[in-house]
Amino acid sequence: MAAKKKITLNRRDVVSRIVRDRGDMLMVTGLGSTTWDAAAAGDHPNNFYLWGGMGGALVTGLGLARAQPDRRVIVLTGDGEMLMGIGGLATTAVAAPANLAICVIDNQHYGETGMQETHTGHGVDLPGMAAAAGFAETATVWNKTELEAAIPLLYDTKGPVFVAVKVNTDAVPMILPMRDGTAIRARFRESVLRDRAHD
Amino acid sequence: MAAAKKKRAAAPTWPADIFRTLKDAGIAQVSYVPDAGHASLIKSCLADNHIKATRLTTEEEGVALSLGAWLGGDRSAVLMQSSGVGNCINMLSIIEETRSPLLMLVTMRGEWGEFNPWQIPMGQGTQKSLEDAGVIVYRVDDPDDVAETIYAASQLAFNSYRAVAVLIGQRVIGFKDWRK
Repeated sequence: MAAKKKITLNRRDVVSRIVRDRGDMLMVTGLGSTTWDAAAAGDHPNNFYLWGGMGGALVTGLGLARAQPDRRVIVLTGDGEMLMGIGGLATTAVAAPANLAICVIDNQHYGETGMQETHTGHGVDLPGMAAAAGFAETATVWNKTELEAAIPLLYDTKGPVFVAVKVNTDAVPMILPMRDGTAIRARFRESVLRDRAHD
Repeated sequence: MAAAKKKRAAAPTWPADIFRTLKDAGIAQVSYVPDAGHASLIKSCLADNHIKATRLTTEEEGVALSLGAWLGGDRSAVLMQSSGVGNCINMLSIIEETRSPLLMLVTMRGEWGEFNPWQIPMGQGTQKSLEDAGVIVYRVDDPDDVAETIYAASQLAFNSYRAVAVLIGQRVIGFKDWRK
Protein backbone atom coordinates (compact mmCIF):
# COMPACT_ATOMS: atom_id res chain seq x y z
CA MET A 1 0.00 0.00 0.00
CA ALA A 2 1.18 3.53 -0.80
CA ALA A 3 2.08 5.91 2.02
CA LYS A 4 -1.00 7.29 3.71
CA LYS A 5 -2.16 10.65 2.41
CA LYS A 6 -2.67 13.43 4.89
CA ILE A 7 -6.32 14.18 5.56
CA THR A 8 -7.09 17.86 6.00
CA LEU A 9 -10.76 18.42 5.15
CA ASN A 10 -13.15 19.21 8.00
CA ARG A 11 -16.46 17.34 7.84
CA ARG A 12 -18.60 20.37 8.64
CA ASP A 13 -16.96 22.47 5.93
CA VAL A 14 -17.52 19.66 3.44
CA VAL A 15 -21.20 19.19 4.25
CA SER A 16 -21.84 22.96 4.27
CA ARG A 17 -20.29 23.17 0.81
CA ILE A 18 -22.39 20.30 -0.51
CA VAL A 19 -25.75 21.57 0.74
CA ARG A 20 -25.04 25.12 -0.44
CA ASP A 21 -26.14 23.98 -3.91
CA ARG A 22 -29.08 21.88 -2.72
CA GLY A 23 -31.93 23.48 -4.69
CA ASP A 24 -34.84 21.03 -4.49
CA MET A 25 -32.57 18.06 -3.74
CA LEU A 26 -33.85 15.49 -1.23
CA MET A 27 -31.36 14.28 1.35
CA VAL A 28 -31.27 11.14 3.51
CA THR A 29 -28.69 11.22 6.29
CA GLY A 30 -27.27 8.19 8.07
CA LEU A 31 -26.81 7.45 11.74
CA GLY A 32 -25.15 9.37 13.32
CA SER A 33 -22.39 11.99 12.63
CA THR A 34 -23.73 12.81 9.17
CA THR A 35 -27.14 13.49 10.69
CA TRP A 36 -25.47 16.00 13.04
CA ASP A 37 -23.47 17.43 10.11
CA ALA A 38 -26.64 18.01 8.12
CA ALA A 39 -28.23 19.76 11.09
CA ALA A 40 -25.16 21.92 11.55
CA ALA A 41 -25.29 22.92 7.89
CA GLY A 42 -28.88 24.09 8.32
CA ASP A 43 -32.08 22.22 9.06
CA HIS A 44 -34.33 21.71 6.04
CA PRO A 45 -37.70 19.98 5.49
CA ASN A 46 -36.13 18.08 2.58
CA ASN A 47 -33.73 16.40 5.01
CA PHE A 48 -34.69 12.98 6.28
CA TYR A 49 -32.58 12.27 9.34
CA LEU A 50 -31.98 8.64 10.28
CA TRP A 51 -31.23 8.26 13.98
CA GLY A 52 -31.26 4.47 13.76
CA GLY A 53 -31.34 1.60 11.31
CA MET A 54 -27.58 1.56 10.86
CA GLY A 55 -26.73 0.28 7.38
CA GLY A 56 -30.02 1.43 5.89
CA ALA A 57 -29.23 4.91 4.60
CA LEU A 58 -28.26 4.05 1.02
CA VAL A 59 -31.20 1.76 0.38
CA THR A 60 -33.62 4.20 2.02
CA GLY A 61 -32.32 6.67 -0.55
CA LEU A 62 -32.83 4.09 -3.28
CA GLY A 63 -36.50 3.62 -2.36
CA LEU A 64 -36.95 7.38 -2.34
CA ALA A 65 -35.12 7.84 -5.65
CA ARG A 66 -37.29 5.21 -7.31
CA ALA A 67 -40.44 6.89 -5.97
CA GLN A 68 -39.29 10.38 -7.02
CA PRO A 69 -37.39 9.86 -10.28
CA ASP A 70 -37.57 13.56 -11.21
CA ARG A 71 -35.88 14.76 -8.02
CA ARG A 72 -32.20 14.50 -7.15
CA VAL A 73 -31.64 12.35 -4.08
CA ILE A 74 -28.39 12.52 -2.12
CA VAL A 75 -27.59 10.08 0.66
CA LEU A 76 -25.13 11.53 3.15
CA THR A 77 -23.65 8.94 5.46
CA GLY A 78 -20.55 7.78 7.25
CA ASP A 79 -18.04 5.06 6.44
CA GLY A 80 -19.13 2.84 9.34
CA GLU A 81 -22.78 3.14 8.36
CA MET A 82 -21.98 2.36 4.72
CA LEU A 83 -19.89 -0.66 5.66
CA MET A 84 -22.75 -2.11 7.68
CA GLY A 85 -25.02 -2.03 4.63
CA ILE A 86 -22.35 -2.83 2.07
CA GLY A 87 -24.60 -5.17 0.09
CA GLY A 88 -26.65 -2.08 -0.72
CA LEU A 89 -23.94 -1.13 -3.21
CA ALA A 90 -24.89 -4.13 -5.33
CA THR A 91 -28.61 -3.58 -4.88
CA THR A 92 -28.32 0.09 -5.84
CA ALA A 93 -25.98 -0.45 -8.77
CA VAL A 94 -28.30 -3.03 -10.30
CA ALA A 95 -31.40 -0.89 -9.72
CA ALA A 96 -29.41 1.91 -11.40
CA PRO A 97 -31.30 5.02 -10.26
CA ALA A 98 -30.11 7.88 -12.49
CA ASN A 99 -31.13 10.46 -9.86
CA LEU A 100 -29.29 9.02 -6.85
CA ALA A 101 -25.90 9.98 -5.44
CA ILE A 102 -24.30 8.90 -2.20
CA CYS A 103 -21.65 10.91 -0.42
CA VAL A 104 -19.76 9.08 2.30
CA ILE A 105 -18.14 11.39 4.81
CA ASP A 106 -15.23 9.09 5.54
CA ASN A 107 -13.27 9.79 8.71
CA GLN A 108 -12.13 6.16 8.92
CA HIS A 109 -13.59 5.85 12.42
CA TYR A 110 -16.78 4.98 14.29
CA GLY A 111 -17.35 8.48 15.61
CA GLU A 112 -20.29 7.83 17.91
CA THR A 113 -18.91 4.90 19.85
CA GLY A 114 -15.44 5.98 20.89
CA MET A 115 -13.55 6.58 17.65
CA GLN A 116 -12.62 2.98 16.94
CA GLU A 117 -11.11 2.53 13.49
CA THR A 118 -13.19 1.29 10.55
CA HIS A 119 -12.00 -0.79 7.61
CA THR A 120 -11.59 2.29 5.39
CA GLY A 121 -8.37 3.27 7.17
CA HIS A 122 -7.03 -0.20 6.48
CA GLY A 123 -7.24 -0.37 2.73
CA VAL A 124 -10.94 -0.89 2.09
CA ASP A 125 -11.79 1.37 -0.84
CA LEU A 126 -15.50 2.17 -0.80
CA PRO A 127 -15.61 3.96 -4.17
CA GLY A 128 -13.64 1.02 -5.60
CA MET A 129 -16.27 -1.36 -4.27
CA ALA A 130 -19.04 0.85 -5.67
CA ALA A 131 -17.33 0.90 -9.07
CA ALA A 132 -16.96 -2.86 -9.01
CA ALA A 133 -20.66 -3.17 -8.18
CA GLY A 134 -21.49 -1.08 -11.22
CA PHE A 135 -22.02 2.50 -10.02
CA ALA A 136 -22.04 4.90 -12.96
CA GLU A 137 -19.57 7.36 -11.40
CA THR A 138 -17.27 7.13 -8.40
CA ALA A 139 -14.69 9.44 -6.85
CA THR A 140 -12.55 9.88 -3.76
CA VAL A 141 -12.05 13.43 -2.52
CA TRP A 142 -8.96 14.43 -0.51
CA ASN A 143 -8.92 18.23 -0.80
CA LYS A 144 -10.95 21.34 -1.64
CA THR A 145 -10.16 21.24 -5.34
CA GLU A 146 -11.38 17.67 -5.61
CA LEU A 147 -14.45 18.56 -3.55
CA GLU A 148 -15.39 21.28 -6.05
CA ALA A 149 -14.94 18.79 -8.85
CA ALA A 150 -17.25 16.35 -7.03
CA ILE A 151 -20.16 18.79 -6.65
CA PRO A 152 -21.42 18.29 -10.24
CA LEU A 153 -21.09 14.54 -9.73
CA LEU A 154 -23.39 14.71 -6.73
CA TYR A 155 -25.98 16.96 -8.35
CA ASP A 156 -25.91 16.65 -12.11
CA THR A 157 -24.23 13.46 -13.25
CA LYS A 158 -26.29 10.45 -14.23
CA GLY A 159 -26.31 8.07 -11.27
CA PRO A 160 -25.90 6.12 -9.32
CA VAL A 161 -22.92 8.17 -8.14
CA PHE A 162 -20.65 7.30 -5.23
CA VAL A 163 -18.34 9.92 -3.73
CA ALA A 164 -16.21 9.34 -0.64
CA VAL A 165 -14.82 12.46 1.02
CA LYS A 166 -11.89 11.81 3.30
CA VAL A 167 -12.27 14.03 6.39
CA ASN A 168 -10.20 14.47 9.53
CA THR A 169 -11.24 13.55 13.05
CA ASP A 170 -11.12 17.04 14.54
CA ALA A 171 -13.78 17.53 17.20
CA VAL A 172 -16.84 19.45 16.02
CA PRO A 173 -19.68 20.92 18.09
CA MET A 174 -22.57 18.53 18.67
CA ILE A 175 -25.56 19.94 16.79
CA LEU A 176 -28.64 17.76 16.83
CA PRO A 177 -31.68 17.98 14.55
CA MET A 178 -35.20 16.98 15.54
CA ARG A 179 -35.26 13.34 16.59
CA ASP A 180 -38.93 12.34 16.70
CA GLY A 181 -39.02 9.95 13.74
CA THR A 182 -42.73 10.38 13.15
CA ALA A 183 -42.35 14.16 13.01
CA ILE A 184 -39.35 13.92 10.67
CA ARG A 185 -41.26 11.57 8.36
CA ALA A 186 -44.39 13.77 8.37
CA ARG A 187 -42.46 16.96 7.70
CA PHE A 188 -40.51 15.36 4.86
CA ARG A 189 -43.63 13.94 3.21
CA GLU A 190 -45.44 17.27 3.51
CA SER A 191 -42.52 18.97 1.81
CA VAL A 192 -42.25 16.42 -1.01
CA LEU A 193 -45.83 15.28 -1.55
CA ARG A 194 -47.78 18.42 -0.56
CA ASP A 195 -51.51 17.59 -0.53
CA ARG A 196 -50.79 13.85 -0.92
CA ALA A 197 -48.67 13.78 2.25
CA HIS A 198 -51.41 12.41 4.48
CA ASP A 199 -53.11 10.03 2.07
CA MET B 1 -52.12 -40.05 -0.74
CA ALA B 2 -52.84 -40.24 -4.46
CA ALA B 3 -55.43 -37.49 -4.12
CA ALA B 4 -53.04 -35.34 -2.11
CA LYS B 5 -50.31 -35.78 -4.70
CA LYS B 6 -52.69 -34.87 -7.48
CA LYS B 7 -53.76 -31.74 -5.61
CA ARG B 8 -50.15 -30.64 -5.24
CA ALA B 9 -49.38 -31.32 -8.88
CA ALA B 10 -51.93 -28.79 -10.16
CA ALA B 11 -50.44 -25.31 -10.56
CA PRO B 12 -51.54 -23.26 -7.56
CA THR B 13 -53.49 -20.07 -8.19
CA TRP B 14 -52.54 -18.22 -5.01
CA PRO B 15 -49.38 -16.59 -6.43
CA ALA B 16 -51.51 -14.98 -9.17
CA ASP B 17 -54.04 -14.01 -6.47
CA ILE B 18 -51.27 -12.24 -4.55
CA PHE B 19 -50.14 -10.36 -7.64
CA ARG B 20 -53.66 -9.13 -8.39
CA THR B 21 -54.07 -8.15 -4.75
CA LEU B 22 -50.85 -6.13 -4.78
CA LYS B 23 -52.06 -4.31 -7.90
CA ASP B 24 -55.45 -3.65 -6.28
CA ALA B 25 -53.69 -2.26 -3.22
CA GLY B 26 -51.76 0.24 -5.35
CA ILE B 27 -48.32 -1.27 -4.73
CA ALA B 28 -45.76 0.62 -6.84
CA GLN B 29 -42.55 -0.99 -5.59
CA VAL B 30 -41.77 -4.60 -4.78
CA SER B 31 -38.45 -5.73 -3.34
CA TYR B 32 -37.39 -9.28 -2.75
CA VAL B 33 -34.90 -11.87 -1.73
CA PRO B 34 -36.06 -14.91 -3.65
CA ASP B 35 -37.85 -17.87 -2.19
CA ALA B 36 -39.17 -20.82 -4.14
CA GLY B 37 -42.61 -20.04 -2.73
CA HIS B 38 -42.48 -16.55 -4.26
CA ALA B 39 -40.96 -17.58 -7.63
CA SER B 40 -44.08 -17.12 -9.71
CA LEU B 41 -45.03 -13.85 -7.99
CA ILE B 42 -41.53 -12.42 -8.56
CA LYS B 43 -41.81 -13.24 -12.26
CA SER B 44 -45.13 -11.41 -12.45
CA CYS B 45 -43.70 -8.35 -10.70
CA LEU B 46 -40.66 -8.24 -12.99
CA ALA B 47 -42.91 -8.44 -16.05
CA ASP B 48 -45.19 -5.59 -14.91
CA ASN B 49 -44.34 -2.18 -16.35
CA HIS B 50 -45.91 -0.31 -13.45
CA ILE B 51 -44.15 -2.10 -10.63
CA LYS B 52 -40.60 -1.09 -9.78
CA ALA B 53 -39.00 -4.34 -8.67
CA THR B 54 -35.78 -4.26 -6.65
CA ARG B 55 -33.67 -7.35 -6.06
CA LEU B 56 -32.01 -7.20 -2.64
CA THR B 57 -28.86 -8.70 -1.20
CA THR B 58 -30.41 -9.10 2.25
CA GLU B 59 -33.91 -8.66 3.58
CA GLU B 60 -33.29 -5.66 5.84
CA GLU B 61 -32.60 -3.64 2.72
CA GLY B 62 -36.25 -4.21 1.85
CA VAL B 63 -37.32 -2.62 5.12
CA ALA B 64 -35.18 0.47 4.47
CA LEU B 65 -36.28 0.59 0.84
CA SER B 66 -39.93 0.53 1.94
CA LEU B 67 -39.35 3.53 4.19
CA GLY B 68 -37.66 5.44 1.37
CA ALA B 69 -40.45 4.54 -1.04
CA TRP B 70 -43.05 5.79 1.44
CA LEU B 71 -41.12 9.03 1.95
CA GLY B 72 -41.43 9.54 -1.79
CA GLY B 73 -45.11 8.57 -1.97
CA ASP B 74 -44.87 4.95 -3.17
CA ARG B 75 -46.56 1.99 -1.54
CA SER B 76 -44.32 -1.05 -1.51
CA ALA B 77 -44.18 -4.69 -0.48
CA VAL B 78 -41.22 -6.85 0.55
CA LEU B 79 -41.10 -10.55 -0.33
CA MET B 80 -38.92 -12.93 1.63
CA GLN B 81 -38.57 -16.37 3.15
CA SER B 82 -39.00 -16.81 6.90
CA SER B 83 -35.23 -17.17 7.36
CA GLY B 84 -34.89 -13.59 6.12
CA VAL B 85 -37.07 -12.23 8.90
CA GLY B 86 -34.18 -12.58 11.31
CA ASN B 87 -32.11 -10.29 9.10
CA CYS B 88 -34.70 -7.51 9.41
CA ILE B 89 -35.02 -7.06 13.14
CA ASN B 90 -33.03 -3.90 13.86
CA MET B 91 -34.10 -2.24 10.61
CA LEU B 92 -37.75 -2.68 11.60
CA SER B 93 -37.16 0.02 14.22
CA ILE B 94 -37.10 2.73 11.54
CA ILE B 95 -40.61 1.74 10.46
CA GLU B 96 -42.04 1.84 13.97
CA GLU B 97 -40.26 5.03 14.99
CA THR B 98 -41.44 6.90 11.87
CA ARG B 99 -44.88 5.25 11.97
CA SER B 100 -44.59 4.29 8.33
CA PRO B 101 -46.36 1.42 6.59
CA LEU B 102 -44.57 -1.83 5.81
CA LEU B 103 -46.04 -4.85 4.05
CA MET B 104 -43.99 -8.04 4.34
CA LEU B 105 -45.03 -11.22 2.55
CA VAL B 106 -43.18 -14.09 4.15
CA THR B 107 -43.19 -17.63 2.82
CA MET B 108 -42.60 -20.07 5.65
CA ARG B 109 -39.97 -22.74 6.03
CA GLY B 110 -39.08 -24.77 9.09
CA GLU B 111 -42.57 -26.01 9.86
CA TRP B 112 -45.16 -28.20 8.03
CA GLY B 113 -43.30 -31.23 6.66
CA GLU B 114 -39.87 -29.57 6.77
CA PHE B 115 -36.96 -31.80 5.75
CA ASN B 116 -34.06 -29.46 6.51
CA PRO B 117 -33.44 -29.21 10.26
CA TRP B 118 -31.40 -26.03 9.81
CA GLN B 119 -34.60 -24.21 8.81
CA ILE B 120 -36.36 -25.01 12.10
CA PRO B 121 -34.86 -22.40 14.47
CA MET B 122 -35.78 -19.34 12.39
CA GLY B 123 -39.00 -20.85 11.03
CA GLN B 124 -40.29 -21.59 14.52
CA GLY B 125 -39.20 -18.15 15.74
CA THR B 126 -40.51 -16.09 12.83
CA GLN B 127 -43.86 -15.00 14.25
CA LYS B 128 -42.53 -14.31 17.74
CA SER B 129 -39.58 -12.34 16.38
CA LEU B 130 -41.80 -10.16 14.23
CA GLU B 131 -44.26 -9.52 17.05
CA ASP B 132 -41.44 -8.68 19.44
CA ALA B 133 -40.19 -6.16 16.86
CA GLY B 134 -43.60 -4.46 16.73
CA VAL B 135 -44.94 -6.01 13.54
CA ILE B 136 -48.60 -7.08 13.28
CA VAL B 137 -48.69 -10.66 12.01
CA TYR B 138 -51.35 -12.43 9.97
CA ARG B 139 -50.95 -16.09 9.14
CA VAL B 140 -52.55 -17.99 6.30
CA ASP B 141 -52.65 -21.77 5.94
CA ASP B 142 -55.39 -22.18 3.33
CA PRO B 143 -54.59 -21.18 -0.28
CA ASP B 144 -58.14 -19.85 -0.65
CA ASP B 145 -57.50 -17.28 2.09
CA VAL B 146 -54.25 -15.88 0.72
CA ALA B 147 -55.62 -13.04 -1.37
CA GLU B 148 -58.13 -11.80 1.21
CA THR B 149 -55.54 -11.91 3.98
CA ILE B 150 -52.98 -9.96 1.97
CA TYR B 151 -55.57 -7.40 0.95
CA ALA B 152 -56.59 -6.91 4.58
CA ALA B 153 -52.93 -6.64 5.59
CA SER B 154 -52.28 -4.03 2.90
CA GLN B 155 -55.22 -1.93 4.04
CA LEU B 156 -54.07 -2.14 7.64
CA ALA B 157 -50.48 -1.23 6.67
CA PHE B 158 -51.21 1.70 4.37
CA ASN B 159 -54.32 3.15 5.98
CA SER B 160 -53.16 2.76 9.56
CA TYR B 161 -49.44 3.33 8.94
CA ARG B 162 -48.21 0.13 10.54
CA ALA B 163 -45.82 -2.72 9.84
CA VAL B 164 -47.76 -5.84 8.88
CA ALA B 165 -46.42 -9.24 7.89
CA VAL B 166 -48.37 -12.04 6.25
CA LEU B 167 -46.89 -15.45 6.93
CA ILE B 168 -47.79 -17.86 4.15
CA GLY B 169 -47.65 -21.29 5.75
CA GLN B 170 -45.56 -24.11 4.36
CA ARG B 171 -48.80 -26.05 4.04
CA VAL B 172 -49.92 -23.55 1.38
CA ILE B 173 -46.64 -23.64 -0.50
CA GLY B 174 -46.24 -27.41 -0.33
CA PHE B 175 -43.08 -28.82 1.13
CA LYS B 176 -40.02 -29.68 -0.86
CA ASP B 177 -39.89 -33.36 -1.80
CA TRP B 178 -36.21 -34.24 -1.33
CA ARG B 179 -36.66 -37.74 -2.79
CA LYS B 180 -37.00 -36.27 -6.28
